[in-house]
Amino acid sequence: MSNTGSFEQRSLQAGIVGETMTPVTRKMPGTDPPAWPTNAELHVVGKDVPRMDALDKVTGRARYTFDVQLPGMLYARAINSTVPHARIKSIDTSLVERYPGVRAVHVLERLTMAAQLRDPGAEANEPYPVIRFTGQPIAAVAAISARAAEAAAQLIRIEYEPLPHVTELDQAMQTNAPAVFPGPTEQASSAGGGGAPRGLPQKGNLRGPSKSGSHGDIGRGFRDADVVVEGEYRTQVQTHTPLEAHGIVADWRDDELTLYASTQHVFSVREEAAEIFELPQEKIRVISDYTGGGFGAKYGVGNYGTLAIHLSRKAGAPVRLVLDRREEHVSVGNRPSSLQRLKIGAKRDGTLTAIELHSFGSGGVAAGAGVGSCHHNMYPCPNVSIEHYDVFTNAGPCAAFRGPGQTQGIFAFEQAIDAVAARLQMDPVALRNKIDTRDADDVRARAAERRIGAEKFGWSRRSAPGSDSGPIKRGMGMAQSMWPYIVNGYTTCEVRISGDGAVDAFCGTQDIGTGTRTVFAQVVAEELGLQPEAIDVHVGDTRFPPGPPSGGSRVTSSLTPAARNAAYAAARDIANRVAPLLSAKGEELVFRGGRIEKRDDPAVSLGFAEALRRAGVESLVHRADRRDDYEGYAHKAGDLHISPHAIGGVQFAEVSVDTETGVVKVERVLAVHDCGRPINPKLVESQILGGVIQGVSYALYEDRRLDAATGVQLNANIDQYKMVGSRETPQIEVHVIELLGRQSSTDARGVAEPANVATAAAIANAFFNATGKRIYTLPMTPANVLAALRSEQP
Amino acid sequence: MSVATHHPLADSSDSIGPEPRPLSLLVNGKVCTALADPATTLVEFLRDALGLTGTKIGCDRGACSACTVWIDGEVAASCMTLAFDARAHSITTIEGLAPDGQLHSVQRAFIEHDALQCGFCTPGMVMSCAHLVNKNPDCTLDDVKAAISGHLCRCGTYPNIFKATLAAAAEARADESGGSK
Repeated sequence: MSNTGSFEQRSLQAGIVGETMTPVTRKMPGTDPPAWPTNAELHVVGKDVPRMDALDKVTGRARYTFDVQLPGMLYARAINSTVPHARIKSIDTSLVERYPGVRAVHVLERLTMAAQLRDPGAEANEPYPVIRFTGQPIAAVAAISARAAEAAAQLIRIEYEPLPHVTELDQAMQTNAPAVFPGPTEQASSAGGGGAPRGLPQKGNLRGPSKSGSHGDIGRGFRDADVVVEGEYRTQVQTHTPLEAHGIVADWRDDELTLYASTQHVFSVREEAAEIFELPQEKIRVISDYTGGGFGAKYGVGNYGTLAIHLSRKAGAPVRLVLDRREEHVSVGNRPSSLQRLKIGAKRDGTLTAIELHSFGSGGVAAGAGVGSCHHNMYPCPNVSIEHYDVFTNAGPCAAFRGPGQTQGIFAFEQAIDAVAARLQMDPVALRNKIDTRDADDVRARAAERRIGAEKFGWSRRSAPGSDSGPIKRGMGMAQSMWPYIVNGYTTCEVRISGDGAVDAFCGTQDIGTGTRTVFAQVVAEELGLQPEAIDVHVGDTRFPPGPPSGGSRVTSSLTPAARNAAYAAARDIANRVAPLLSAKGEELVFRGGRIEKRDDPAVSLGFAEALRRAGVESLVHRADRRDDYEGYAHKAGDLHISPHAIGGVQFAEVSVDTETGVVKVERVLAVHDCGRPINPKLVESQILGGVIQGVSYALYEDRRLDAATGVQLNANIDQYKMVGSRETPQIEVHVIELLGRQSSTDARGVAEPANVATAAAIANAFFNATGKRIYTLPMTPANVLAALRSEQP
Repeated sequence: MSVATHHPLADSSDSIGPEPRPLSLLVNGKVCTALADPATTLVEFLRDALGLTGTKIGCDRGACSACTVWIDGEVAASCMTLAFDARAHSITTIEGLAPDGQLHSVQRAFIEHDALQCGFCTPGMVMSCAHLVNKNPDCTLDDVKAAISGHLCRCGTYPNIFKATLAAAAEARADESGGSK
């Protein structure tokens, strides 16, 4: 929402609590509540309030999409391609339809998620979408039982005309490689990010270059350098693997389509369903009470959701379509691979003079395999040259994945910075102190985080690279995080207060396990002087006011200011109604400890519910929109608003490397982070633990493997797709600073992605410190580790 | 993690299938009867026939332990157990862990230590950790890691699960010594 109405200037204290606070002046809407003091002076916000939905989760009562059971519900089974690249000549569904118990069959008309041909005429004569990866959804069947659907699905007859295919990035880059697409493509972004710049050239499977972020004269930058470091980094494909697979229950009725969806954004599901089925948005309701993880892959209705809706319409009954684990790994998103050739020039004192990046990434049949923005906007450097290419392969489409692009980019970039430090014989922390100098909150935060982190971690005990004498070598490393501070403009909260004192708070946004319900309740409770349990929070339904996607680390930053402002408006309304009962003026009344009392004379007070009753309140409804940040934004694209300030974070890791077996163990990690004002430090800590653990998992284990001959994923399950479990979880210490940026009425920012971005790089830098060799290739499997140790390259 | 073996007391005299037939199981202390065909897994029976959806399926091949229940008090993967093989055994699911709303100490500790995020793995985790604490209140961090080593939590709640389970075990030890006085 854009800012309209009257504004006023207010003087505030901004900065890091316990470090430096400085006076600032902010111009803000006159209706905004007074700035909150530090967390120490608040009652509910800033406290470790237990998760509101924890009881439902520990008792099994929480109802996920996976658990939705409706009367007459049918079970759907998808039918997926068994070949990596082919034209479909014919599809015969007659046997499927005749199978006992089958109620509907549908063949997909158009494939989403993949890149789209710029000239749709290029495949206009194809009777069915061209198959471009093994596992591509083709059709689905709905039957009275899962078993019947499964059996019927086997009976489909598909006649393929095979085309040559390519699954590996290096082969796909060759000029004579089989072309995944017959012409240039475009890739729109999803609510979770992703997408690719429009209109780039495309030759064969190479789409690009995108030169976004380039500036200055790179040749001059290297001429000005005293030292130059160079490296070729590779990162693997990682699959999201949420424990609840993608799933939907579609219930098509003449008057309304109801979708129960495992999603990170109910509104994106509604939007895409409305577009595909040409329905007005108000005819579609999307509900997501609980979502069993997402990590970036769960946006929109998707191909499987589309199939489920078609089946429900045809069968006249609700249809449940939940992906199996193979489908989940293969066809609904992954973190794309990367090949990054990175060259950095620096002066003897560490000043950066040149950053040159040639990068390639494959998101399979989707574009958007970039490597983030760190190269041009983290550390000031006068000469930056970036050329990025997407490389198409016959593999499932990529999607946003926790810190999309940036996680791959930082793995290479923060190692290269570490290499500069090593070359200059500077301490890596000292080098960052020298070069991390933009004028922004994340820079100030990282400065504090480096100092706090180095002390807590025992950084001074770090020894010279490769100095352990035995076969098992230990080392310490650090890396920095940067992630944009994003606000979702399209966010509204509603607070309803009944005469009996009941408080309900509404926003359509969903809680996918991040704690949104809890921070929502805390903010409303703080304003009304109540306990968070007294607030009945309602989320995850498109019937509620619009709310942000659970992606981009933007829910808390978007939701909480609107929530606070709505609760504040309600409180002022109540105060004015209650004031005569206390022979006071409305502005003299404050809400504290479940009572409404006179600020200067707390003895003059009424209990919250009693005050409402005596004031004759039947019900009050107040809504507030997320207004723009007080200092505005650096960039706005639709609802996505990006602050000139980013989110920081610094992580330290200690590893041991067995140089005989190539086994790497992460012994401990210290994660020092900022997220504006931490609304609930306990939940912030949980998010950071999760980010670090996924980062360790990415660095050491995870690797989607395709069989080059067939395009079949070889490890599309949980036993062979290796991830961190209880035994591989390192000791993790989390420290969170309280940063009051004074940009909104709550000062809250997100943390999910910053917590993941730096981990692999910190581990890799610790690997260098342990062994004196760089690990350029992820994951750090014994094979990759032994190859790195044998390499001539430092 | 063990899978229920065929029990000598199970009614195995007549052949069954492929058509569904009534199956009675002792679940959370009650005999529950519903139709099932012989290929039905225990987790399918619990969820689809009995509506006990607290038990989840993450992989359907015994690799993630989201489906963990107790069979005769021992943890088992209900996705790897045929429903008919659970006859004459006593099944406890997450819904049966807190009868009368009295939470198990592990459930309380999970809440207090925020040992859950999205919550989808949580019922299985709770069943394994509660089993550990019941059987071995003297458990160590290594014991907790071993007890949940077959469980996948993609959100990364492991460190808080360790803390919660050890706290619940400490509580169980305190209760025990308190009770013996």
